[in-house]
Amino acid sequence: MHEWALAEAIISSAINIAEKEGLTEVKEVKIKVGELQRVEVDILEFALSALKTGKLKNAKFMIETVKAKLRCRVCGHVWGFSQNKLDDASREAVHFVPETIHAYIKCPKCGSPDFEILEGRGVLLESIKGIK
Amino acid sequence: MYCLKASKESNSPVDPRIAVIDKRLENVERVIAVSSGKGGVGKSLIASVLALHLTRKGFMVGLFDADFTSPSTHRILGVKNLEIKEERGILPMFVHGLKYMSIVAFSREKALPLRGADVSNALIELFSAVLWGNLNYLIVDMPPGIGDVTLDIIRLVKKIEFLIVSTPSVLAFETVEKLLALLKELKVPVIGVIENMKMKKSSFIKEKVAELGTSFLGDVPFDSEVENALGDVEVLLRTVFAQKLAEIVPRIISQNSWRSF
Repeated sequence: MHEWALAEAIISSAINIAEKEGLTEVKEVKIKVGELQRVEVDILEFALSALKTGKLKNAKFMIETVKAKLRCRVCGHVWGFSQNKLDDASREAVHFVPETIHAYIKCPKCGSPDFEILEGRGVLLESIKGIK
Repeated sequence: MYCLKASKESNSPVDPRIAVIDKRLENVERVIAVSSGKGGVGKSLIASVLALHLTRKGFMVGLFDADFTSPSTHRILGVKNLEIKEERGILPMFVHGLKYMSIVAFSREKALPLRGADVSNALIELFSAVLWGNLNYLIVDMPPGIGDVTLDIIRLVKKIEFLIVSTPSVLAFETVEKLLALLKELKVPVIGVIENMKMKKSSFIKEKVAELGTSFLGDVPFDSEVENALGDVEVLLRTVFAQKLAEIVPRIISQNSWRSF
């Protein structure tokens, strides 16, 4: 599953930060998951638990889902996005590479494909708590 | 208890994908970006046929089309029905003996208008999620110019080497000079320059490349038969274009630019 690749990235990144900051043990990692990528949170949690080792062995992963917010660069319209508007194949494409959304939807107000993803794209590491 | 925002410098969240790119490429011996300052010089054709030649020499080869807004390697290779497969990551497709990845697998036949930040994000996503496995060569077909993908690939892929394509035109070479200057400044290794679409005898490009202290790998003639061979790799490999490129391939193999850098 793609979620495993994302989990591996989160673990590698958290280890890098822990080492850079001289943490002996990581207690908590906060992660934001964008709606656009339609990550299966259960699978991500399972993968994180399976992959955590060393300094992250006892870490708790807090996952927050962030709603997608898009803004048209032409008319300025800001709108939320529902994956339900896409067919299965397009949904899957956006799951793997969220930028492909530009191939599948347009601004609902002016019809332009020139919009930006303000929030809710993919996976971000928000914060880390640990012991020095 | 010690608590920190993931990025103290910017006080903003960290993109975790970047931390895993080295791992994704750890079993890839060489990553070669086929690049030029200008479009239309034959980068995609050279990247595709180079990948095919290397595969037929027995190497394990991957081809990654990083020209997200104008991908064309799928047409050159005649790849239809690009499928997305996953197994703890995205699996490259297997075509003509090589591992293959293109944004077309996701955008299909639709236009994909992307601005710079989106291009960067898509590149990071694919470098962090595609499982290339063991490869001798990963050939990257680059978009033209010195924009986002060029800067990102230099930033993200530590073992990157550049193979530069020019035509005999001064217009193409002027942009190549700028690309070479940038790569030199950033200390990025360059394998050398291929002169493509040569139509008459001239040593102009060869001499200019030598003046810049870069290897001139050879020239490939303009071959009008290539257009008819697109999509059929067996016919394509029989063209004069492919045969002349085959003569240059041993120079690319022997010139591991990290070793000599």
